[in-house]
Amino acid sequence: MAVVRRRSTGPQAPEYTKADVEALSEKHDEPAWMRERRIQAWDLYENTPMPYMEEEWRRTDYRHIRWDQASTLATANGTCAEQVPAKHLEPLTGDEQGGLLVLVDGKVVRREFADELHDQGIVFADLRAALTEHEELLREHFMTAAVKADEGKFAALHAALWDHGAFIFVPRNRQAALPLHVVCYNSKSGAAMGHVLVVLEENAAATVQVEYASGHGDEHASYIGATELIVGAAGNLRFVSLQDWNRQTFEFSHQRGLVGRDAQLDWVNGVMGSRLTKAFIEVDAVGAGANARVSGFFFADHGQFFDLDTQQNHNAPLTNTDLLFKGAARDNARTLWQGMIKSLPKMQKIDGYQVCRNLMLSDEARMDSIPGLEIEADDVACSHAATFGTLEEEPIYYLMSRGITRPQAQLMIIEGFFDELLQRIPFDRVRGRLMDEIEAKIIG
Amino acid sequence: MVATLEIRNLHASVDAEDDLILNGVNLTIRQGEVHALMGPNGSGKSTLANVLMGNPAYVVREGQILLDGEDLLEMEADERSRAGLFLAFQYPVAIPGVTLGNFLRHAINARLKAEDPESKGIPIPQFARMMRQKMSALEIDQSFAGRYLNEGFSGGEKKRAEILQMAVLEPRIAVLDETDSGLDIDALRIVADGVNSLTGPDMGALVITHYQRILNHIKPDFVHVLYGGRIVESGGPALALELEEKGYEWVREKHTMLQAAEA
Repeated sequence: MAVVRRRSTGPQAPEYTKADVEALSEKHDEPAWMRERRIQAWDLYENTPMPYMEEEWRRTDYRHIRWDQASTLATANGTCAEQVPAKHLEPLTGDEQGGLLVLVDGKVVRREFADELHDQGIVFADLRAALTEHEELLREHFMTAAVKADEGKFAALHAALWDHGAFIFVPRNRQAALPLHVVCYNSKSGAAMGHVLVVLEENAAATVQVEYASGHGDEHASYIGATELIVGAAGNLRFVSLQDWNRQTFEFSHQRGLVGRDAQLDWVNGVMGSRLTKAFIEVDAVGAGANARVSGFFFADHGQFFDLDTQQNHNAPLTNTDLLFKGAARDNARTLWQGMIKSLPKMQKIDGYQVCRNLMLSDEARMDSIPGLEIEADDVACSHAATFGTLEEEPIYYLMSRGITRPQAQLMIIEGFFDELLQRIPFDRVRGRLMDEIEAKIIG
Repeated sequence: MVATLEIRNLHASVDAEDDLILNGVNLTIRQGEVHALMGPNGSGKSTLANVLMGNPAYVVREGQILLDGEDLLEMEADERSRAGLFLAFQYPVAIPGVTLGNFLRHAINARLKAEDPESKGIPIPQFARMMRQKMSALEIDQSFAGRYLNEGFSGGEKKRAEILQMAVLEPRIAVLDETDSGLDIDALRIVADGVNSLTGPDMGALVITHYQRILNHIKPDFVHVLYGGRIVESGGPALALELEEKGYEWVREKHTMLQAAEA
């Protein structure tokens, strides 16, 4: 179990005012309902203390964030797609892309979208533009069902001050045959309030890749973000998100998939970057027969701190959730995974699986895993586990005895550790990208 | 040139202050020769195998190991392998997530890269062809290459996988550490055939075994007995038969007395 630090003072709050909220709505000439929601969220934010002693926060100390740097609302100027490293622009989920949306500092710098998808009524848009062009869809889905403002201090702050993002919508019975790719890149310090909203109506399907990254920065930055994945009945969403923030970025995010009747969500979540990440990653199986698979990859080094809080909510009978997180930590990095499977009362025939496997690559690294179950039904199959391992000398020697160098042997064993996770990922190039990330973390 | 492995006055232990397990081993193995090393449990056979390969769990306290005059003790296990030494492990370790095929491709590429840093490695079709050939020669199912290294392998599969690795890496001197133990008759024949097909002018072998039965299949040129960390008897194939007949008791009696007298 983790040792709880005693804290004399709680964390400072970021430096915002209600006037910032109003100014944002004014600047973008937002519809009245959005203005109201922002103000409501702001009031909620103001009435919520900064979290630090609650169960899900007490192991995560973020008091060293310098909000004077990290709360500045970033404004784009002189941004262009060329600032984004090529690896983030590469399509990883298919040969061809149905769409590419690149946001730098919140501003759209590139947008491509295949006519054949557009003609089917599929929407692939900058969230700001969508607020005008697809106002009713946003009014219905934006922070109403998946991630809500009342989930916590940072959710409320995000709801009050979100300023950019992407909106993907696939209408009933339509399939986005080509994958869609969103890149959120920051070239500055300050706050990024990004939001990704994916809505699949009944029997719709899509594959989406989202990359978060930022360039080198000397000052603190924050990402206070939300990801909402709403999969309607019999829908199928394959969602890959890869996070590679710079080492000055503090992420506070809420991510939730809502999976409807007989629908399928396959979610790959890679956490590589940031100085500190506190992410709430949840799936709600809300319709009978819903099926969700979550595959998490994390690798922390040099003073990084990842706190990944996953929850699998079985809110309907006959639902299946399968979560596997695998991570490594080296140097003096720290990781924490807290998992929970919950069911509403009498949700029979549910199958929940949650496992977190940890590989500690140095004596200074620290990894904690806390699995949990809260099941209020009796005819269920739920299992959870956490495992910890280190890099042992015996297998290294075995590989070396065949002529493989020590660094290569270590890399092979570490990649072998992640293989169980990589095998679950249905995209060759996502696997390849994660292998590259492992290599970069090992070789430095 | 004929490769020669020379072991001179080798002393080794687990830790620097521990009692010696190897207590002055002298042995020379030339490419083309098959040496059998026999001995009772605890005589130091596996320690010798691991010290030769460079297992970091052991400390060499005295002596030399030379391959073609080059000091192996100055080399890490990977360099020794690339210099032409091979060890078939008694207990090969399982490595989850690393397939046998991928592992061997890396092993070959490590050799190519050591020779030429610019090498792109063995082309995959060529590698696959070579693997198919070697696997069918050892009666190993082709699906083996896609399995995780030694994970869930039966005892016989592990030993065959070791011989496959030897066949692929084509060492000049191979040390087989109790490769026969726990094998059924069919597996023993397959493993022995594999070893026989590789020994010859290109490879010398040190076959370490507790039992004589593998020597019905692999004909040694020389037989040695290790006892108390040193080689106490050397002879031809007849020595193995004598051991089979009389057991190790006479070795124990004869050399406990001798070693006591020396001390």
